[in-house]
Amino acid sequence: MSSQSPIWTLISTFGLMSLFAVGGAAAAVPEMHRIAVEVHHWMTDKQFADAYAIAQLSPGPNVLIVTLIGYAVAGIPGALAATLAMCLPTALLAYCVSRLLNRPSQSRWPGLIQAALVPLSIGLMAASALILAQATDRTLVALFLTAAVAIIASLSRVNPLWLLLAGGLLGFAGIV
Amino acid sequence: MSSDSSPAAQEPAAQEPDLPAKSVPPGLLSLFVAFARMSLAGFGGVLVFARRAIVDQHRWMTAEEFNETFALCHFLPGPNIVNLSMVFGARLRGIAGGVAAFSGLLLPPTLIMTVLAALYVHFGELELLRRSLAGISCAAVGLLIAVVFRMMTPLLKKPDGVGLILMLAVFAAIGVLRLPLQAVLLVAIPLSVAVTYVLRRKVAA
Repeated sequence: MSSQSPIWTLISTFGLMSLFAVGGAAAAVPEMHRIAVEVHHWMTDKQFADAYAIAQLSPGPNVLIVTLIGYAVAGIPGALAATLAMCLPTALLAYCVSRLLNRPSQSRWPGLIQAALVPLSIGLMAASALILAQATDRTLVALFLTAAVAIIASLSRVNPLWLLLAGGLLGFAGIV
Repeated sequence: MSSDSSPAAQEPAAQEPDLPAKSVPPGLLSLFVAFARMSLAGFGGVLVFARRAIVDQHRWMTAEEFNETFALCHFLPGPNIVNLSMVFGARLRGIAGGVAAFSGLLLPPTLIMTVLAALYVHFGELELLRRSLAGISCAAVGLLIAVVFRMMTPLLKKPDGVGLILMLAVFAAIGVLRLPLQAVLLVAIPLSVAVTYVLRRKVAA
């Protein structure tokens, strides 16, 4: 804190955090909460919960909760700084690693490692679907809605937006 | 640059009839627009829409290539889908393509988010939003389950029995037993690499 400008604090905080966020943005949310609410007092607990809800509700990657935190700290420049700090360094890292792995005339190890990661990645996704379902589907109706969407989206080519809209309307009407 | 930049990108189904993956690499503008579209559609997560656009609509990658690219981005630090945009764009069009996809993915939603943040400061009450969100979240989980099934199809088609077992093991360890992620990956990654190595040697021999 001290004499540092808030923008710089945002950049160093989120830039550093992103480098440790293996497994996606969802894994970093508890750490964001700790830093934004408990360490820096940028937001209250309720503001953070609302920011999380807004980030889920609005389009785009869910990592953009950092945009809201940045805005709370330093307005529009803060929003942009936090977003870039969270997204750009790791994206460049991913770019470099993928170039290394896909360099032509290399050994077969890169392809082998990538292939070996695939089943693990799908298993992780399945696990987070289960964990999210347990947190989200508190009622029988909610569970039914999730199951119906899963079946429809697996079997048909319907645009997923319609399914989300249907879910939103059911929620809005207080049914779910 | 492909001759058909923005209008064609608006209607991807009409652009490429039934070609296999890897026909003509898309232009920078097409990349930007495609990622902006999947991002703006991505309520509750972009992966669902990214896979749909890249594999099903544009056929820029096969299901298997998508799985491998996503898996890599999944295990590197940072937001997966943001990493994916950079890696994917760069694979098709070099670093400029990566930047185009990256900005397409982030720019529009960041602007929307900034507006929402400003609105929130003025009208802090979100009860209706929160109720709608509850319904949207249920549907979003359903979509996630569906995309997991779709990503499994290359494993099922081969069929890759070892891969399926590894997948189920990770699922059980993290989802059911709730073991810590790092510990599971510390065991699972070397194991999977070793098994894949042995199997490929057998095939080659």
